[in-house]
Amino acid sequence: MDWGNILVNTLRAGIGVEAVVYALAAIGLNVHFGYTGLLNFGQAAFLAVGAYGLAISITIAGLPFWFGIVAGLVGAVLLALLLGIPTLRLRADYLAIVTIAAAEIFRLVVRANSVREYTGGANGITGFATDFYALNPLPEGRYGIGSVSFDERASWILLVGWILVFLSCLVVYLLMRSPWGRVIKGIREDEDAVRSLGKNVYGYKMQSLILGGVFGALAGFVFVLARAAVQPDIYGTELTFFAYTILILGGAARVFGPVVGASIFWMVLVFTDAFLRQAISAGVISPSIISGTAVGQIRFMLVGLALMLLVIFRPQGIFGDKRELQLDVR
Amino acid sequence: MRTRAAQALLLAFVTAVLAMLLPAATASAVTGGHEPPSSPLAAGLPGLVMQGGGEVVQGQVRGEDGEGVPEVTITVEGDGFSEETETDDEGRWRVELPGPGAYSVTLDEESLPEGASLRNPDRNPLEVQVSGGQQRAALFPIGESTRETVGTVDRLLQTAASGLRFGLVLALAAVGLSLIFGTTGLTNFAHGELLTLGALIAFFFSSTLGWPLLVAALMALLLSGAFGYALDLGLWSRLRKRGTGLIAMMIVSIGLAIFMRYFFLYIFGGGRQSLRTGDWLGQVVAFGPVRFRTLDLVSMVICVVAIGAVAYALLRTRLGKATRAVSDNPALASATGIDVERVIRVVWVVGAALAGLSGVMLGGIIQVNFALGQQALLLIFAAVTLGGLGTAFGSLVGALIVGLLVEMSVLVLPAELKYVAALAILIIVLLIRPQGILGRRERIG
Repeated sequence: MDWGNILVNTLRAGIGVEAVVYALAAIGLNVHFGYTGLLNFGQAAFLAVGAYGLAISITIAGLPFWFGIVAGLVGAVLLALLLGIPTLRLRADYLAIVTIAAAEIFRLVVRANSVREYTGGANGITGFATDFYALNPLPEGRYGIGSVSFDERASWILLVGWILVFLSCLVVYLLMRSPWGRVIKGIREDEDAVRSLGKNVYGYKMQSLILGGVFGALAGFVFVLARAAVQPDIYGTELTFFAYTILILGGAARVFGPVVGASIFWMVLVFTDAFLRQAISAGVISPSIISGTAVGQIRFMLVGLALMLLVIFRPQGIFGDKRELQLDVR
Repeated sequence: MRTRAAQALLLAFVTAVLAMLLPAATASAVTGGHEPPSSPLAAGLPGLVMQGGGEVVQGQVRGEDGEGVPEVTITVEGDGFSEETETDDEGRWRVELPGPGAYSVTLDEESLPEGASLRNPDRNPLEVQVSGGQQRAALFPIGESTRETVGTVDRLLQTAASGLRFGLVLALAAVGLSLIFGTTGLTNFAHGELLTLGALIAFFFSSTLGWPLLVAALMALLLSGAFGYALDLGLWSRLRKRGTGLIAMMIVSIGLAIFMRYFFLYIFGGGRQSLRTGDWLGQVVAFGPVRFRTLDLVSMVICVVAIGAVAYALLRTRLGKATRAVSDNPALASATGIDVERVIRVVWVVGAALAGLSGVMLGGIIQVNFALGQQALLLIFAAVTLGGLGTAFGSLVGALIVGLLVEMSVLVLPAELKYVAALAILIIVLLIRPQGILGRRERIG
């Protein structure tokens, strides 16, 4: 068993691109679900809109990089309006079903063969990340401590990603301390009470949906720039559910909850993976019990189990405050 | 103390789940042959695809009669790699690739049987782009395009018949989901996995043990019902007693769905398998332009009977009336002496059994695979919402509409978008009539 290898892989996962992407996605969900109480099950669609907005405007429309970023953000805002107008007046579980359906519609439409020339169909789009990596100020080489290091390309995207994560956290922190944030949290606690104070609940919910969606689009940018490719099937429902697991793990309605949650989630996932694989190859676990391909499946079974146990026994997550968050329908 | 007890029970429940599914685990071991391809879920594992490996290009060559064509030579080439393969008895072929990249797939037209030719000869060789961990399909349609040869009216009838069949199958699951929602308020995201469970149980009994399919379907019905009982006993009733909120329970059901889905993937693998129908059930019957297998007719009859039985029970029996009373107002029902917990237990058994049966039928329409239920879940939600959440008869109507819509949308939309129509209807209904077709007007906003 090569413990050093397992340790290095685990640490790399804790600060890796997946942790950044899921942290940003979960920050968005935190605004929706943690602070406003909106049950958005379509966060994957916001990532997809950001990703496709960027990729399509660069490769198909031939626009510069920054226009692509703007296009992705505008796309996320439009999607939030489109989703919010019909659903924000409905009860929470209806909102959940509509958002998950909308996310699937988006995925099915962009992967369709009939729109292949715009979206690349099931294969997606590549070749839009060159401009982004051309901005890379880091000289060639490896960056990091000891074996936990990344090449200049990965370091650049990680640098940008973590800056985005901390800026997003700052925005959430400042907003939630502001009068706006107090209204938002009031809506979560008792919508009717806020309405009786003369606040436009619908409008506040919409603003929250847009804000969280924009964080989702940022996650989409980091995701596709790191991989230099967009693929429709990544934006399925499981992405959203994993982001929820991360949010609840870290603690909803806490500024750093999603960030810590994402880091721990990916560290545990990669640790399980590396550990099981090493144990199998070292002969500690017989391959007849767990084959190499089954490792991936086992760790996702653990994700499902962890989500259930967390919600049942510790709904406030690692850092959450139980009084702050009573998961319930009102 | 209570938490400890609950923990122990949860553990017991999980063990029970595992024990129940153990036969199926041996199933995949016994039949061998369909071990998981190395990266079966490239699409479903966000963020992990890069580590992939196990890129595959595969396909099935079918003749004009829809039967697979054996012994056709296929060559896959790309970037220093070249492999030749032949289709098997069902016309399937599969080539494992060294890595992602662009490949060209060539079908040797000489090796096609006498009289058969490609529909689009200019699409041979076929260029495919394979990304990390992806299983790419490369298809070569054979013979004249059938699309123009079938008249519009005939296509209308055929798609309507398929829609009716699909709608009835959805209805089985939707009625169960709706009953559970009505009595407990839980939006059960693990309902799709109950369908998969049924399909896998039926697959185990019919294909692995070689029992007749109808008996296997009965076993699926019974075992799914037992699973529903265990689920309510071990999980949901505990949560209700703890006073867990509805949203929290909904997220628990998502966790359960993820757990079960990957468990199914673990024991069944990522491949698709047909249910063994046998000679009689596999026969094709034609009613004018509409062609059906006997299997389809039998399953439609079973669906109608099952739904009829549930409807009768709801309207005429004591327990059914009690169920409707609990749906209406649990507190009031409890005050009139109805044992609410018992009613909910029965509803879980019936709901899970119906879902299992629905899964078997769905496995007969599309092939059995570990994500079968997940693919149907949103359509079931659409059906239930369309009919009105919590109204059992509404979900029947909703399911038939969704079924017809999905199948008939291929008349105007590309087939790959057929689910989109149903999901779009879901959103539109919520916009203009959120209580659904048969739902009562009440405050839901």
